[in-house]
Amino acid sequence: MIVAERKPLAEIIDMVKDHKKILVLACRGCVTVCSAGGEREADILASLIRLGLKKEGKQAEVATGSLVRQCDKEYIDGIDQWKGQYDAIVSTACGVGVNFIANLRDGDHVYPALNTTFFGGSAEQGVWREQCAGCGNCVLHLTGGLCPVARCAKSLFNGPCGGSVKGSCEINSDVPCVWQNIYDRMGTLDRQKELSVSQPIRDWSVGGHGGPRKQVRDDLTV
Amino acid sequence: MNFTPDIRLFSCHYTCQQTSAMDDNGLQHLDFPKNISINRVVCTGKIEITTLLQAFEDGADGVYVVGCPMNTCHNVKGSQRAAKRVETVRSALSELAVEPDRIKMYHTPRGLHHEFIEAAHEMNDTITELGPTPF
Repeated sequence: MIVAERKPLAEIIDMVKDHKKILVLACRGCVTVCSAGGEREADILASLIRLGLKKEGKQAEVATGSLVRQCDKEYIDGIDQWKGQYDAIVSTACGVGVNFIANLRDGDHVYPALNTTFFGGSAEQGVWREQCAGCGNCVLHLTGGLCPVARCAKSLFNGPCGGSVKGSCEINSDVPCVWQNIYDRMGTLDRQKELSVSQPIRDWSVGGHGGPRKQVRDDLTV
Repeated sequence: MNFTPDIRLFSCHYTCQQTSAMDDNGLQHLDFPKNISINRVVCTGKIEITTLLQAFEDGADGVYVVGCPMNTCHNVKGSQRAAKRVETVRSALSELAVEPDRIKMYHTPRGLHHEFIEAAHEMNDTITELGPTPF
């Protein structure tokens, strides 16, 4: 899922301080699962915005709503149900949702409530870890399913850097050295020999270094 | 300044159930401050963050939650969850440059013990000193 976290309240309140009718718009997709921008979090944020504005002596109506997702045109059209009831939208979706609203709603002010952080999973309750970098050229078949792009601090492709200590990354002992994990796992799978094959220099143009990416599926376009 | 704070208490049924059988006179007899309104809940783990924030929106100068001791909650982890949610509100108040001590979590033995009354007095003193809500 896409993992995100709420921006500092002062930043959000500064964005909306001149608006009188604010819609805090939740997304029932990834950000609901990671407890950053679902309906519950939108209700909390709406209350905090009301309190923050009131403290600054400003009056505003702050309502909440939610969409199934904010990354599809069909769902963005659902904003029409609040037509005339807001002069600004604070989206608790990831950055994709904010962009989609901006793309599709010419006259609407839209602000991000979250900082979108990474593609990850819930390692345990309340803890999320980055697992994928969306690099456009997956190598997980070579590394036992563990990603050296997202999970190695240096995104190395040919083994560890040498800075790890007792299986932890040198940048932070809380970060496992994924190359240690890859080596151990490939051993468990009896595939360690495959790691001696050098990986060639990588083409990062598909990893975002070639500009914004676009994907077209002719079989799905009508 | 002559200030009587508006304080909202959210308390677990098991902690304050005897208070439900008392009228105002009974509570006063126990020296429970009159300016604290008691909201009894089935378990403090049931209290949502929005409920605590709503109390401030409704004009409370201070809010506190009284639940079971951390490791002996009748519902196992209810009071632990409540403590986390109170802590979240404390952080949010700090972000808004409001004194975090306007909200507090207490863990007291089940049944109406003196700790329940002491918590009320401590909260009353704290909020009286902090003054009226900035909201």
